Amino acid sequence: MNLFAIALRNVFYRPLASMLTATSMALGVALVVLVLTISGVIEKSLERTSNVGYNLIIGAKGSPLQLVFNTVFFLSQPVENIPYSYYMEYLPGDGRQKERERIGGELKDSERSGLYSFLMKGGFAIPLCMGDYVDRFRCVATTPDYFDLLKHGDANDLPYTFSSGRNFQDYSEEHGFFEAVVGAEVAESLNLKIGSEIFASHGAESGDTHAQGFEVVGILNRTGSPNDRGAFVNIEGFYLLEGHVAPDRDEDSGLEKAGTATAPERSSKLSKVRLPIEKREVTAILLKPSGFAAIGLEKQVNKTKFAQAVSPIAQIEGLLGVFVRPLRWALLALTSLVCIVSAISILVSIYNSMNERKKDIAIMRALGASRDHITIIILMESLMLALAGGIVGWLVGHALGPLSNPWTMPATGVRIDWLSFNSSLEPFIIPGLVLVGTLAGVIPAVAAYRTPVAKSL
Amino acid sequence: MLLEIANLKKTYPEPSGRRIPILDIPKFELAQGEQVVLRGESGGGKTTLLHIISGLVEADGGSVRLEGVELIGFSESRRDRIRAAKMGYVFQTFNLLPAFTALENVRLAMTFAGRAVDVARAKELLARVGLENRMHYLPSQLSVGQQQRVSVARALANRPKLLLADEPTANVDPANQSRIIELIQSTCRAENVALLLVTHSDDVASRFTRVEQLGELNRAVQEPVVEDAV
Repeated sequence: MNLFAIALRNVFYRPLASMLTATSMALGVALVVLVLTISGVIEKSLERTSNVGYNLIIGAKGSPLQLVFNTVFFLSQPVENIPYSYYMEYLPGDGRQKERERIGGELKDSERSGLYSFLMKGGFAIPLCMGDYVDRFRCVATTPDYFDLLKHGDANDLPYTFSSGRNFQDYSEEHGFFEAVVGAEVAESLNLKIGSEIFASHGAESGDTHAQGFEVVGILNRTGSPNDRGAFVNIEGFYLLEGHVAPDRDEDSGLEKAGTATAPERSSKLSKVRLPIEKREVTAILLKPSGFAAIGLEKQVNKTKFAQAVSPIAQIEGLLGVFVRPLRWALLALTSLVCIVSAISILVSIYNSMNERKKDIAIMRALGASRDHITIIILMESLMLALAGGIVGWLVGHALGPLSNPWTMPATGVRIDWLSFNSSLEPFIIPGLVLVGTLAGVIPAVAAYRTPVAKSL
Repeated sequence: MLLEIANLKKTYPEPSGRRIPILDIPKFELAQGEQVVLRGESGGGKTTLLHIISGLVEADGGSVRLEGVELIGFSESRRDRIRAAKMGYVFQTFNLLPAFTALENVRLAMTFAGRAVDVARAKELLARVGLENRMHYLPSQLSVGQQQRVSVARALANRPKLLLADEPTANVDPANQSRIIELIQSTCRAENVALLLVTHSDDVASRFTRVEQLGELNRAVQEPVVEDAV
């Protein structure tokens, strides 16, 4: 028998105490691994979602973070609206004139190009109107460009695809302006199929729905992005819903002119009459300017009185820096404390057993074991408990991640593999915690070292 | 001569700080293979003497030589090594390690002596004490007599020169008492091991040709109700 076998036998001779001690260590280590995994998932989820394929979000003046939350994550409330004509200033080339011809209505200097069109060469501008809900999901009114031009995925290189149906059209002969595409989660939750009709409720989840519905013509494949939780309707149809018409405003005071928020007369659902430009507003514009124009454009827009330009990546990086990463450190500190408590429990467990083992230690000494032998045996016992707890905790911590995939993946779009969030901290923290657990054996080992043999026999 | 003790002195401290002499032995010798019984009053220092010989307790002065090697003044770790290699110890309360089987208890003695564990010898010793069918039993699964037999086998595991036995039959019934003494004596004879056995029992003492009274060997004046000092 070697010293290792003797230590192992001692551990197994007190199975309950050993198991409880190792379990407390395992829980501590599993918590640390989970914290590292969860913070990794949050970070990756935010980063991949912020990798949206556009550089800037234009919206009304207000909280930049709120604009990002609302536009990218479909969270929080929309900020104020901006005029549609302002959106048209960003259309590349002669897009402003073409839009004027397509929609109709009053537009100052209608013959000129958009003010920022020269910065938009090769890029795009996509309008969004938000604020309505379909059941508990956000209703996002936009143009077909949303799915034609934007991409998704970690490298933002995956085009949006449909599990059934197609993208909605600006106008279709079957449904007029009233087509919709829904995210995978919306379709699943609301049991929507191609041909289902969805109704937007104005302003709140519980609000009354508009009488005019949108026919679902496409169901998106799951993307792991907030778009899974969105109901996307044609912006042209959205403008025609009751209450979505912008009123005329007094040029000096900005106050609404009573009775001016009226939609044009329409003969049927398939009528081709659109809401004129001056009656339209947008909540946000997704912008991809040409080349490196985004930085200059952002500064330029932010100097204006009523609009702001926000970089979603910068905002989310800021959010990660201010909240997520510090929170991870706080959680790590807390869970490390749990491990230290576990280490203390190893200390207490072995130390308490010292009293009842004094005689055993004295016998071993009488048989010829040196003080060093005894010290090594006790330290090996704490190493075994800490190591067993550490390994089990590490396995459990990493197993919980993949096991939670059915719940976390739809929400975050991030698949957790066995070692997918093997944080750079883990190779240091886990052995460090096991070392702390082992060192907890030092005090009992010293007590054992000092056991008076003759008195204890 | 295997064991030579000369002018051995041991005192122990009282709570007042005064040191009380417990042992003062001018001379005691034990030859190779010799078997001696040591008798004396309770608290007379018999166990202390065995502890000093085995190196578990340091003497205050004098000389203890084993095979001509002076043990007094050695470091604790060196005393540990000598004890493991050259001495066996049978305790009054057997002192088997409860987490280990009979065979493992015997093997443990070999482990701590720093030798390669000789499993065949461990089994042979257990067979010699009549426990060939109980080798893998834990101490709690053995009778009192069987436990003491394991402790005898364990004490002889490293082929010691000297076996120290401290009242080995005190906790054993009379029937087992004579069997165990017979076992210890015969095994020591077979292995040519010297035996120094402490006992209060007249029956046990009557089996030995050499019986020493500690009171006659020891010049230290003692108060009557003092427990063995360590």
